[in-house]
Amino acid sequence: MGFHWAKKYEPQSGLEKWLDERLPIIRLVHDSVGAGYPAPKNLNYWWNFGSLAGLFLVVQIVTGIVLAMHYAANQAVAFDSVERIMRDVNFGWLIRYMHANGASFFFIVVYVHILRGLYYGSYKAPREMLWILGVVIYLLMMATGFMGYVLPWGQMSFWGAQVITGLFSAIPVVGDDIQTLLLGAPFVGNPALNKFFSLHYLLPFVIAGVVILHIWALHIPGSNNPLGIDVKGPADTVPFHPYYTAKDLMGVVAALIVFSIFVFFLPNALGHPDNYIPADPLSTPAHIVPEWYYWPFYAILRAFTYDFLGVPAKLWGVLAMFAAILLLFFLPWLDDSKTRSARFRPVYKQLFWLLVADLALLGYCGAAPAEEPYVRISQFAAAYYFIHFLILVPIVARLETPKPLPKSISEPVLPGAAAQPAE
Amino acid sequence: MIRLISFGVGAIFTLALLIAAFLPREAAVEDPAAKFHKPHMHVEFAHQGIFGTYDRAQLQRGFQVYKEVCAACHSLHRVAFRNLADLGYNEAEIKAIAKGYDVPSIDDKTGDASTRPGLPSDRFPLVYPNDVAAKAANNGKAPPDLSLIVKAREGHEAYIYSVLAGYETAPAEFQVPEGGNFNPYFPGNVIAMPKPLSDDQVTYGDGTKATVEQMSKDVTAFLTWAAEPHMEARKRIGIGVLMFLSVFFIVAVNSYRKIKAAVNSH
Amino acid sequence: MAIADSSAAPGSTEHGVRRRDFIHIVSGGFVAAGAAAAAWPFISQMNPAADTRALSTVEVDLAPVASGQAIKVMWQGKPVFVRNRPEAEVKAMRAVSLSELRDPQKDEDRVQAGHDNWLVTLGVCTHLGCVPLGAAQGEPKGEYGGYFCPCHGSHYDASGRIRKGPAPKNLEVPTYAFKTPTAIVIG
Repeated sequence: MGFHWAKKYEPQSGLEKWLDERLPIIRLVHDSVGAGYPAPKNLNYWWNFGSLAGLFLVVQIVTGIVLAMHYAANQAVAFDSVERIMRDVNFGWLIRYMHANGASFFFIVVYVHILRGLYYGSYKAPREMLWILGVVIYLLMMATGFMGYVLPWGQMSFWGAQVITGLFSAIPVVGDDIQTLLLGAPFVGNPALNKFFSLHYLLPFVIAGVVILHIWALHIPGSNNPLGIDVKGPADTVPFHPYYTAKDLMGVVAALIVFSIFVFFLPNALGHPDNYIPADPLSTPAHIVPEWYYWPFYAILRAFTYDFLGVPAKLWGVLAMFAAILLLFFLPWLDDSKTRSARFRPVYKQLFWLLVADLALLGYCGAAPAEEPYVRISQFAAAYYFIHFLILVPIVARLETPKPLPKSISEPVLPGAAAQPAE
Repeated sequence: MIRLISFGVGAIFTLALLIAAFLPREAAVEDPAAKFHKPHMHVEFAHQGIFGTYDRAQLQRGFQVYKEVCAACHSLHRVAFRNLADLGYNEAEIKAIAKGYDVPSIDDKTGDASTRPGLPSDRFPLVYPNDVAAKAANNGKAPPDLSLIVKAREGHEAYIYSVLAGYETAPAEFQVPEGGNFNPYFPGNVIAMPKPLSDDQVTYGDGTKATVEQMSKDVTAFLTWAAEPHMEARKRIGIGVLMFLSVFFIVAVNSYRKIKAAVNSH
Repeated sequence: MAIADSSAAPGSTEHGVRRRDFIHIVSGGFVAAGAAAAAWPFISQMNPAADTRALSTVEVDLAPVASGQAIKVMWQGKPVFVRNRPEAEVKAMRAVSLSELRDPQKDEDRVQAGHDNWLVTLGVCTHLGCVPLGAAQGEPKGEYGGYFCPCHGSHYDASGRIRKGPAPKNLEVPTYAFKTPTAIVIG
């Protein structure tokens, strides 16, 4: 993989040489996140969010394994066992607050990571597999997050499970059977709780596996960069270690500062008060909302209120919600502009910021009650979401005239230089 | 081909959304309660803020209010008597408090359900054996357990305080249903719980005047502690962690700058 | 960071980055210290939780235990045998010569002075942790009239001392105190 000028690993001692001939693990580290991986020298701070996603995956797995030592996945005692963690287990409150807020932080950094990819065209050739694996990770994260939220067995856990599995009942003919299959019963109860616990424990390790594939796929073409142009030679790169390890460490400490502010001083700010009420199948909370990281998709789900073409609105909502995520898989082919970075794509750049604003608006509507004016706003916002990815992006890719690209990463744009053919 | 499919899918979703968006809406029915509803009152506590700690004397007064007033209907089942050490009670006092409660037990000769005096390791017993009994005894609305009430309500301390101290006479144009009580701070303005506190309902040992506001505030502080007993340790550790990370951040920035400078000068 | 310049040159790489610069050592130190401090809560959580620790004592009413009888009570998740020994049994136990014992211990040292008839031991065989028989009525008391562990055939006498079989030690005596002449607190 990589570049011919990459620094080769040379064992420094007899022991290293012995190990290298049998299990070249130091070589693997050296070549993937060490001095042997030449990374573009111009990566900006938005590139820190990849390592931060890794950080929060580790935080979630470590705190999660510890919580599982004290948690009991049974509807009779699940809520009590969580409260026992909060009150009686040594540092249990710390570990649970880390896990609960860690989920939010994992999503925050992954959202920034995804948006960075969208802005700088990191999904484009030759990084399509890298992007697809990223979308797979995101889907797995959503499933894991949903099932994890069910485990405390509070009111939001219970009704969230009811509503989300209810989405599958929109599928014609077999929908109800699928919902029953998912819940293991015709109602939300112990079979669902046990199943979700098992899968919630499993999926993070699947995520970790796909992350390894994601990093592998990264190392074939190497990192994209803010200019979106290819690395041309040794002058364009710096060794990942120590340059980016030091930069990532800085990012990690900064992220931990923000994380600590939430864990220690605002531990419930990102949660919902109703989840401190034990699950009660006889009383639905006045206003069911999912966790904040699902709000935009929840808004899309609810925006469909018209039985268009005779298909029930509920089914439209479910289809659209899944389509909204799945369309990301096709993005590398929908946007076939040869210019990657939005810095050189004046129209795409504006569309990108419009999309960010649109997502914020969708998120706001997703958190709001299903009333006017939120429903109407979410209908326009959801429409823009689909127009953006499915119509505007493919058209702009064809019609836009990109700005001239610089010759290389190490040479800034020469004044008056002619447009370089894009790579 | 992919573009055609993409345009088609995009157009269908967009049409479905835009038709729905331009369909006329039914006029929203105005919630009759909304006019009389009030946002919760502003109230300050010693335990708020980054450095805030619980006021022990206030917690003890709040516990007294809970014990003498609330405990008639509301349980505190996630709190154990031993936890009262946080309020500043000593072991003997905790044993005496625990003894005052009967906790469920099994008769070791007959195996029948019975009760025994509480021990410090026991939790506050339930007031009603189950939810059905709780509802039956209270006009169909079970009084919630108070262990987590402060964390389980939007508005937290301010909400609990407002509900306790905010009972009013219902305005003439507002119909309060049978068995309900008017409270503009409660969702829907009708609460099943009758006004629980009145001036001088308890006699504080420390001479504090037991007004409704004072008792509401004290019991709210107590319930905040009940919901979040480790708050002080949390903040204390948090300050240490943030100080450590701040220094670490300065070190990491300088370490990175040094490396960056070396690369750039190369 | 002028201080850093005084450090040795041999750590330099081709990019002129000297890994042994003081600031990088400090940075590495913070990583190590932070990781060690963060590990503590994750280790500490494995220790008994507050509710478990609160169960560490149990009160036993001795009044219903007649002479010659024994009861089993639970203490910290383990059975405790409380045995009311007839006077003859106490006498017999005190007559045993220490040289006969695998784990020599006087009966006097295994009970509390003034309450010589009460033998309080853990009901956990010192071989591999089974619960010996002999406390409940009708259970075999073993060849020495005390307790018998059916798992691997260890025989304990009426002082809870190992007499025969694979167990290496006498049944453990937990810490306990007499609150009243007819009630003890274990733990």
